[in-house]
Amino acid sequence: MSSFWSAWVIILTAITFVLTAWLLLANRKTLNAGKTTGHSHDGIEEYDNPLPQWWLILFWGTIVFGIGYLIAFPGMGNFPGVLGWTSVGQYEEEMAAAEARYAPLYAQYSDTPVEQLYQNDEAMKMAQRIFGNNCSQCHGSDARGAFGFPNLVDDDWNWGGTPDAIRTTIVNGRNGIMTPWGPILSNDQVDQVVAYVQQISGQGHNAQLAQAGQAVFMSYCAACHGPDATGIDALGSVNLTDDIWLYGPEEQWIRQAVILGRNNQMPAWGQFLSDDKIHLLTAYVYGLSKDG
Amino acid sequence: MSITQSNTGSEPYNYKVVRQFAIMTVVWGIVGMLVGVIIAAQMAFPELNLGLPWTHFGRLRPLHTNAVIFAFGGSALFASSYYVVQRTCQSKLFAPALAAFTFWGWQVVILSAAITLPLGLTTSKEYAELEWPIDILITLVWVSYAVVFFGTIAKRKTSHIYVANWFFAAFIVTVAVLHLVNSAAIPVSLFKSYSAYAGATDAMIQWWYGHNAVGFFLTAGFLGIMYYFVPKQAEQPIYSYRLSIVHFWALIAIYIWAGPHHLHYTALPDWAQSLGMVMSLMLLAPSWGGMINGMMTLSGAWDKLRTDPILRFLIVSLSFYGMSTFEGPMMSIKTVNSMSHYTDWTIGHVHSGALGWVAMISIGMLYHLIPRLWGKTEMYSIGLIALHFWMSTVGTVLYIASMWINGLMQGLMWRAYNTDGTLTYTFAQVVEASYPGYLVRLVGGFIFFSGMLVMAYNVFRTIRQTPEKETEQTPVEAVTGGASA
Repeated sequence: MSSFWSAWVIILTAITFVLTAWLLLANRKTLNAGKTTGHSHDGIEEYDNPLPQWWLILFWGTIVFGIGYLIAFPGMGNFPGVLGWTSVGQYEEEMAAAEARYAPLYAQYSDTPVEQLYQNDEAMKMAQRIFGNNCSQCHGSDARGAFGFPNLVDDDWNWGGTPDAIRTTIVNGRNGIMTPWGPILSNDQVDQVVAYVQQISGQGHNAQLAQAGQAVFMSYCAACHGPDATGIDALGSVNLTDDIWLYGPEEQWIRQAVILGRNNQMPAWGQFLSDDKIHLLTAYVYGLSKDG
Repeated sequence: MSITQSNTGSEPYNYKVVRQFAIMTVVWGIVGMLVGVIIAAQMAFPELNLGLPWTHFGRLRPLHTNAVIFAFGGSALFASSYYVVQRTCQSKLFAPALAAFTFWGWQVVILSAAITLPLGLTTSKEYAELEWPIDILITLVWVSYAVVFFGTIAKRKTSHIYVANWFFAAFIVTVAVLHLVNSAAIPVSLFKSYSAYAGATDAMIQWWYGHNAVGFFLTAGFLGIMYYFVPKQAEQPIYSYRLSIVHFWALIAIYIWAGPHHLHYTALPDWAQSLGMVMSLMLLAPSWGGMINGMMTLSGAWDKLRTDPILRFLIVSLSFYGMSTFEGPMMSIKTVNSMSHYTDWTIGHVHSGALGWVAMISIGMLYHLIPRLWGKTEMYSIGLIALHFWMSTVGTVLYIASMWINGLMQGLMWRAYNTDGTLTYTFAQVVEASYPGYLVRLVGGFIFFSGMLVMAYNVFRTIRQTPEKETEQTPVEAVTGGASA
């Protein structure tokens, strides 16, 4: 804040305090308590009673507190307050204290490989809580996902299920993009390829359309989903031949994906969670499909 | 009472626009609170969103807030301020055609809100969601309102301006400024605009507006109602003229600073947060000044509360006012706010003011006003007013108690953590724990809403009562004949 605006804030604040104090001082006495002022408005009269003493004390109390607070804490423009408090400073202090206290708890597992760590009950209790705090909003408390959010309990992986792949997903996030084909395919082609996807996923379908759809699939879809439509981990493209669906097996969702494409985002947690916590979380997610 | 009907051929005062706004206060009260009951039910039973965009909570919630604040509260303020300014200035309304425009213009604003909000057309600014063409109409109506109100003050036949009118005046002027500054936007199409501000500045402007919508629309304006209808219904002089001067100036000078307390622990600079908190605390005494003046006006006539349910509405509304204006400054303290913010406690606090203060004083005002506007001696049924009083009180208490409990519970659950530093509860667990509170809130809100239906019936029967004697022509006689209950 420039010194002009700082002065502006200080002066306006000071004027407000001074005028409020003056208002109270100027009206502290009245000469005609118990009598009316002589005004009458539509029959309403007004007593000239004094300000209640307890109310005045309350008012002065808040003024004195306010002055004290603005001396101690930032408030008067650029004046930082004699205590030197800042909200960023308080945040950093509390985070440093938490780090010092809790980091060793997590560090004790950093050398245990994921393949063993997921069987450590004590560690997985902590990991489950990290998951509940950070991941359950999208993936659910039971990690079984939701409409548009992958189920982590099954053994089907869009981006690979190795410890390294899971860790990469957590640290950097993922952006699962499917191209919208609506502008490119004709309506007939959309109908055909939808039928084909129904066919290869073992659902009821129009055989004639599906047959034509195979050619469409090979021209446009196979590049990402693979010629056998089982998906490619490196691209995050999903397997279309199983009964596992991010949005649902119904025709409307398949059609929606073909026409509008998809743009799924998993946030990157590398900045928010320490390496040791991510290590635990990796083991937890790795273990979800092992136990179940 | 120097005014008699002899000075004009017809009514000495322009009651037509007052009658129109009074009726619409009842109508919009019912509509707004019904939407409130629906969204309260959606919180407990999400299936009631019906899976449709137009009936989704996210679209109905602003419809509820706009309907109760601006349609119900706004109509109550228009009705009472037009009535009070005429009677206390002994002067017929200035520019009656403009006054009629404020009625019809305001109804168009409300209807536009009722259409555009469910369609998802919104600026996304809380309590200022309406898009720019509606904002322009609001501005036109508001400027007309100011012309009518201040024009009437200017041609008053009394030497002093009564205190109720100071509060109405402060409310009209400040709301005009708030609306113009906060709604400044760059239109990109008929139904879409972008705010003129960005980032933390936008947030600060928004809450400067938002909190003063509470401070001036819902507090100063309704204190204007209090200052006329409490002494009138109690037939007692105002307790202290001096207190009214001091708390008026202190209230309007300090309220305007309080907005930043909505943005504690955000990207808003520390100095602004501190100032917002300090000024919010200093607001306690000026706010209570109005409560004291209203309550003490009744001293020496407390027995009237036993027999007069209208007075009970007015006085209990002042108790809720006192309670929520104590609660507000407490919640603005940063350490308290760090727990209360984003919880249902805030919702409870708002409704302690909205149901307990704003709605109950409006209801008391209407029960005083309706018979006088239609030339009757009193409401059709005093018993139904008493019933309505208990429904409103029980409804409000259930509502705010359930939200307090939910709020405290949510705040404590969110900040509970384990020995390994992780949070004890997931968000969904806190939502699950809030369910009983949502049910109780729904029941409380439904009872309050049902009370409004009782009122509508009572008002209907009052207006339809057979006139005792040419009452349509001589409302003043009926009033000055000592018609109060």
